[in-house]
Amino acid sequence: MSDDHVYMTLAEGHEDDTRWAYGTGFEDPLHGVDTAVPDGVDAGELADLCVTLADDALVSAQRLAEWTTRAPELEEEVALANIGLDLLGQARLLYSRAGQVDGTGRGEDAYAYFRDAGEFRNVRLAEVPNGDFAFSIVRLLVFASWRLAHFERLTAHRDPVLAAIAAKGVKELAYHRQYAAEWVVRLGDGTEESHRRTRKALEQVAPYLGELFTAFDARDEVVAVLRQVTEAAGLPMPVYRPLPGSGRTGEHTEHLAPLLAELQGVARAHPEATW
Amino acid sequence: MTDGKQNWPLYEVFVRGKRGLNHVHVGSLHAADDRMALTHARDLYTRRNEGVSIWVVRSEHIAASTRDEKDPFFEPSADKVYRHPTFYDIPDDVPHI
Amino acid sequence: MDTTHSSPAGSGGTEPVLQEHFDATIARDRRIEPRDWMPEGYRKTLVRQIAQHAHSEIIGMQPEGEWITRAPSLRRKAILFAKVQDEAGHGLYLYSAAETLGADRADLTERLIEGRQKYSSIFNYPTLSFADVGVIGWFVDGAAICNQVPLCRSSYGPYARAMVRICKEESFHQRQGYELLMTMMRGTEEQREMVQDAVDRWWWPSLMMFGPPDDASPNSAQSMAWKIKRHSNDELRQRFVDMTVPQAEKLGVTLPDPELRWNEERGHHDFGTPDWDELMRVIKGDGPCNAQRMERRRTAHEEGAWVREAATAHAAKQAVRAEKGAVA
Repeated sequence: MSDDHVYMTLAEGHEDDTRWAYGTGFEDPLHGVDTAVPDGVDAGELADLCVTLADDALVSAQRLAEWTTRAPELEEEVALANIGLDLLGQARLLYSRAGQVDGTGRGEDAYAYFRDAGEFRNVRLAEVPNGDFAFSIVRLLVFASWRLAHFERLTAHRDPVLAAIAAKGVKELAYHRQYAAEWVVRLGDGTEESHRRTRKALEQVAPYLGELFTAFDARDEVVAVLRQVTEAAGLPMPVYRPLPGSGRTGEHTEHLAPLLAELQGVARAHPEATW
Repeated sequence: MTDGKQNWPLYEVFVRGKRGLNHVHVGSLHAADDRMALTHARDLYTRRNEGVSIWVVRSEHIAASTRDEKDPFFEPSADKVYRHPTFYDIPDDVPHI
Repeated sequence: MDTTHSSPAGSGGTEPVLQEHFDATIARDRRIEPRDWMPEGYRKTLVRQIAQHAHSEIIGMQPEGEWITRAPSLRRKAILFAKVQDEAGHGLYLYSAAETLGADRADLTERLIEGRQKYSSIFNYPTLSFADVGVIGWFVDGAAICNQVPLCRSSYGPYARAMVRICKEESFHQRQGYELLMTMMRGTEEQREMVQDAVDRWWWPSLMMFGPPDDASPNSAQSMAWKIKRHSNDELRQRFVDMTVPQAEKLGVTLPDPELRWNEERGHHDFGTPDWDELMRVIKGDGPCNAQRMERRRTAHEEGAWVREAATAHAAKQAVRAEKGAVA
C-alpha cells in the first residue's frame, strides 16, 4: 500500500465493500417496483397510512438519536444507532411514497419538517421521553413487536411499494425486537436495581398499549412477546390500563412539540435553503 | 461485579465475509454473554449488511501456539497477551483485515 | 538496510537477542504482532498513542452528535447519524487494538474521564451551526486521513489493520462533509456566510491537529524509528495544506491565513504559524469545551454502570443455571 498520496489508497476498487459498512453496496429496496397506484387502492387512504407509519418511525428514530454519546456502553452506541438508522430509513421511504400518491408531489422533508405537532399522527408511545435505559428498551420491545406484526401484514398490501417497504422493514424490526427482548431479560434478571427499574418501565409503558391496538390490532402478538419475555426476566406483566385519546388523531402528549422544535428548527429557520 | 471498573469480558470476533471464504479474525469487543457478543459483532463488524456468518469466542478460551514453542524470540513478555493471540498470518495487501 | 537505530528506552535488562530480532523485524518492514517480544518503551508508546486515538474518536462523536437531532433534512440526518456511529465503531476498533497490548478498556476509560489520558484538541471547540458539520468533515476528517493513511503501514499489526478499516470509512466522512459544503455554497447568501464563518473558526484548530512543530515534538523521533509513525508532524501538516488549498478554491471560500501562498521553489504552499500557545492551553484542559466533553463522557459512563452490572449479573446467574442444568 502506497501512501504517496493520501487519496490513492482510498480510490482503489471497492467491489468488496458490500461486506462492510462504508455506506455502499446497499440495494434499493424499491428497485424494479412499479410505483403506479394499483386499481382499487384509495390513494388518499394509502398516503395517510404511509404518513402515520412514517411518523411513528421518525419520532422513534429521533428519540434513539438522543442516546448518541449517552449510551451505557460503547457497543450499545453502535447498536442503538443501527436501530435508529433503520427506522429513519423506513420513515424516508414511507414519506416518499406518501408524496407520490397523495397528489402533492411533496418530498420526504416536507412531511418531516413542515408539519406541526397537531398534524403528526404518530402513536404517543414513540414520543414520550427516553427516560432511563430500562424505559427505552421496554418501549423498544413493545414498539418493535407491534410494528413487526403490522409490517408482516403489510407485506401483502395491494400497493407494491408499501409491500416492498414492509418486506424490508420486517427483517429490521425482527432484529430490533430480538435486541430489546434480550436486554429486558438481562435487566429483569440482573440486579435488584435493574429489576426495579425495568418493572417500573413496564408500568410506564402500559398506558400506551391501548392506543397501539386501536391503531393496529396486534394485541395477540405483542402480549405473547411480553408474556414470554417477562417470564424469562422474572418480571410481572404490565397491567393494561389504556389512556384516553390517540396520537393517530393528533392528540399528543406535551412532549411532541419540543421534540419537533428541535428536529425542525434549523430547516424552518432557513426555508429557502438547500442542504 | 460491584467494581465500577469491571469490564464485560473480551470476545474475539470472526466473520465469514461471503460464502466460499473462511471465517477471518476481525477484532474484538466486550459483551456480558455470548448472545450479546453476537449481537454486538453484527452491529459493529458487519454494520447492517446481512448474509454473513459470525463466530464469537471468549478471548480467554483461545489456546494459541507460539510460532515456534521452543523459540525464545516468540515468548510473550506481557502478562496479558493471552487476550490477543495472533491467529493467522495475513498478507498486508489483503483489504479489510 | 539500516538496522542500527539506537536502543529504545525501557529495553534495558531484556535479552539482547530478543531486541535484535525485534529491530530486524522493524528494519525489514515486517509487522510486529501481539505475541512477539517487544521493548517496553515500544509497547507503552503504542498503548498511549492508540488509546489517545480511540479517546479522540469517542469524544469526537460529541461535537457532531449535537446536530443529529437537528439536521435540516432527513438525508443529512441519516448521513450524520451513520457517521457518528462510525466514530463509535472506530473507537472500538482502536480500543481492541490497544487491548492486544495488554491494556484494559475499562482502565483506559478511567484514564480518559479522570483526565490522565488526552484526546485530540480539535474536539474541544464548539459546533455553532450546521455548516460546522460540513467543515468538520472536510478539515477534521481530511486531516485525520492525512494522519491515518500512513498509519495503515504502522509497524504494529493490529493497529495497522484497524487503520485500514478506519481510513476506508473516513473517506466517506470527508466526502459527505465537502458535499454538504458544496450544496450550501449553491444555496442562499446566508448559507454561504455560515460556511465561511465555519471555515474561519476551524482552519487553525485543524492545522493544530497534527501536533506541535517537529522541533518541539520530543517523542516523534523515537516513534518514527520504531515505524509507529511514518511522517513527521510538519510533513503531514504541509500535506494537508497543499491538499486543502485547491479544494477551498473550488468551493469558493477563503482560508483565513494572509500568509498562505504557493511557493514555486519548494513546490508547496507557505502558510502562517498556528497559535501554539492556544494548542497548549487546549491540550492542558482550557479549551472552550474541555469540561463539557469530559462531563458528558463521565456521565454516560457512570449512568450506564447499573446497566453493565445488570448484564454481568445476569450472565453469572445464567452460567450457574447452565451448570446446575448440566449436573441434573
